[in-house]
Amino acid sequence: MGETGNILFSGVGGQGILLASEITAYALLSAGYDAKKSEVHGMAQRGGSVTAQLRYGDKVYSPLIEPGKADILISFEMMEAARYLPYLHKESKVIVNTQQIKPPSVAMGQVAYPEDVLDSISSLGIQMVTVDAFDIARDAGEVKAANVVMVGAMSTFLPMGVEVYEGIINTRVPERFREVNLKAFAAGRKITE
Amino acid sequence: MSGNEAIALAAFEAGVKVASGYPGTPSTEIMENLSKYEGVYTEWAPNEKVGLEVAIGASFAGVRALATMKHVGVNVAADPLFTASYTGGRGGLVVITADDPEMHSSQNEQDNRNYAYAAKLPMLEPSDPAEAKELLKEAFELSERLDTPVLFRITTRVAHVKGVVSKGEMMQSAATCGIEKMPAKFVMLPGNARNRRKVVEERMAQLREIAETDAYNKVEAGGGKRGFITGGVSYLYVKEAFPEAAVLKLGMSWPLPEEKIKAFAASVDELFVVEELDPFLEHHIKSMGVACIGKERVPNQGELNTAIVRASIDPDSVPELFAPPELPMRPPNMCAGCPHRGVFFNLSKMKDIFVSGDIGCYTLGFLPPLSAMDSCVCMGASVTIAHGMAKALGDEGKGKLVSVIGDSTFIHSGINGLINSVYNDSASVLIILDNRITAMTGQQNNPTSGCNIKGEAANAINLEELCRAVGVKHVEEVNPHDISACRTALKNARDCDEMSVVISRAPCVLLPEMKKAEHVPYLTTTENCTGCRACVNLGCPAISWTPLTPEEAVALGYKEKQKGFAVINEVQCNGCGQCYALCKFEAINRKGE
Repeated sequence: MGETGNILFSGVGGQGILLASEITAYALLSAGYDAKKSEVHGMAQRGGSVTAQLRYGDKVYSPLIEPGKADILISFEMMEAARYLPYLHKESKVIVNTQQIKPPSVAMGQVAYPEDVLDSISSLGIQMVTVDAFDIARDAGEVKAANVVMVGAMSTFLPMGVEVYEGIINTRVPERFREVNLKAFAAGRKITE
Repeated sequence: MSGNEAIALAAFEAGVKVASGYPGTPSTEIMENLSKYEGVYTEWAPNEKVGLEVAIGASFAGVRALATMKHVGVNVAADPLFTASYTGGRGGLVVITADDPEMHSSQNEQDNRNYAYAAKLPMLEPSDPAEAKELLKEAFELSERLDTPVLFRITTRVAHVKGVVSKGEMMQSAATCGIEKMPAKFVMLPGNARNRRKVVEERMAQLREIAETDAYNKVEAGGGKRGFITGGVSYLYVKEAFPEAAVLKLGMSWPLPEEKIKAFAASVDELFVVEELDPFLEHHIKSMGVACIGKERVPNQGELNTAIVRASIDPDSVPELFAPPELPMRPPNMCAGCPHRGVFFNLSKMKDIFVSGDIGCYTLGFLPPLSAMDSCVCMGASVTIAHGMAKALGDEGKGKLVSVIGDSTFIHSGINGLINSVYNDSASVLIILDNRITAMTGQQNNPTSGCNIKGEAANAINLEELCRAVGVKHVEEVNPHDISACRTALKNARDCDEMSVVISRAPCVLLPEMKKAEHVPYLTTTENCTGCRACVNLGCPAISWTPLTPEEAVALGYKEKQKGFAVINEVQCNGCGQCYALCKFEAINRKGE
């Protein structure tokens, strides 16, 4: 492949974005790509907006995705998908968890949660898949596996087969969470297959 | 692995025997990861000055030593740093400065390349994790070869970027471990220091020669007429924005290879210098008489990225982007069940006070709805600023000056300020927020925790005894989750005619044992809620407000004028009980009670 692929993960601190981006990065590496991933720790993680940026290709230089160049946006919270609209282009694929986490101003009742926020993406003609990751993960046996449901839903947009992800989950996830994560991955993948 | 993991691996492979540091984003994971390797002594020091001095001592004893800190930590460690430049050491000594352009988690974005110039030390700067691993090993070789501490600068986008890194060979120090007395080199009295001062200049001359020939500084030929001089993470943005251009990549940021730079400049029609933050390279290149374009195009604030670099050089290339919709902001917040909230809630009710804050999670007490912090400058500055204000205000400030500091920050440099306040007799209130851990950087143990970096049992400092030992007579401990007890403790302290201390003591909810513990959450009995918002005003992320129209209110059995009701999210609640204590209408109860 010539061009570098760009995957932007967005959500709220504590949603398991780092693990999701980790699984995806390892899957890309085991498929033979070079990859770089950028994340921010510290102050940014206390419940604030969080992103992880993953880039892959023959040789990746910059660890940061340029605005307008994200090929995939995978958002773990509904409103956070729209926050990164300037990173998208017309052919971007957007995978959104419909879960809503209220930011302080909404929780305090000062402003309403923007319920129609996804219209701002779909009205641009950008391909978007919505995933009820929280419910799917609960059905799979663990609500905390919602992040892996999302990785499953994204997996059909990437060139690796299921077995690559399964291999990563089997080696990177602690044994007691493996089965539920494999189930969560499969359930997520089913949505976009 | 991340840049910080790669640096830890490199330190291990370089044969580092002693490493000391103070946690600080984005440096923290270096020491955390290094502590997992066998055969390396690692520790969390109380502050960066102590950490660097420990590393200098280990170098004097003939082993390879590492000190790690964030950029502002180098300010604290600057005193030993500048003189270690004169002494050199025996075992290789590397000091890592992790800078934070864009201030993702910092109070300023100082450019620590300036320290290399000022302290007359070589500085190496990698661009990504793989290079960080190779370059750190080189740094130890360079340190021993030229008898110099080496500054090693990373930025957030090297420290927290993950890339492919491979394991390498183990190395050994050329020095032998043992006591070797070298007074002319190690005792920096003026007579000796004047001699060493000459050695420093000779060493800089040698370093300039090395910079000319060494592989750290490499020219990548390009097809175009443009040439770029760059280093660190900026190199990656240049490569991506201008893949065809000639590049002189400086792996050594100081000293600079003048001949190499002049030759490179002569080989291109137009020379650009691309660097984050200060025009450090640019100024020194210009002072060589070399014309170049730098900060008149490239921003001197914040991080760069490929798009910024491209747009700075070719302003016409800016692409059209989708506009972001208007969205509520999502700033960070203290966690559900955070013990600090109880203190800041009480402070927010005291309108006539000035709250002098400090560096840690609790700086978030600044944010609404609590908005209970009036200043925050640097580590340890809470108690000293309150003292200065007390002296300036005289009687007018009585009972109004309150400083807040975390346990780790108090040990870092707050204790000196407390001693000053006692010695020079001011009557402010110091609140030590003791949650047993250095929380903001990701739960590192500290001298109050009772555990060392590896989690093994260690001596724990008793903060109450410490405060009494320096002469504070009024020291009161309080559980911050008990809102009214906290209010009383603060009132008692404010009423004192001399320096007083309140120790707010409850563990951080992110401690592993707190995460594992069974929390019985509180739940809302919504039919009892009167919409008074007492609990909502805590700003707890587990509590949210559901607004109601008059019709909805009536339909739910509320009075027509009730504007809404509060709901606790059972999954998020950690059962601290602060909201329970505030509710006067029995609308909040512990689950099962």
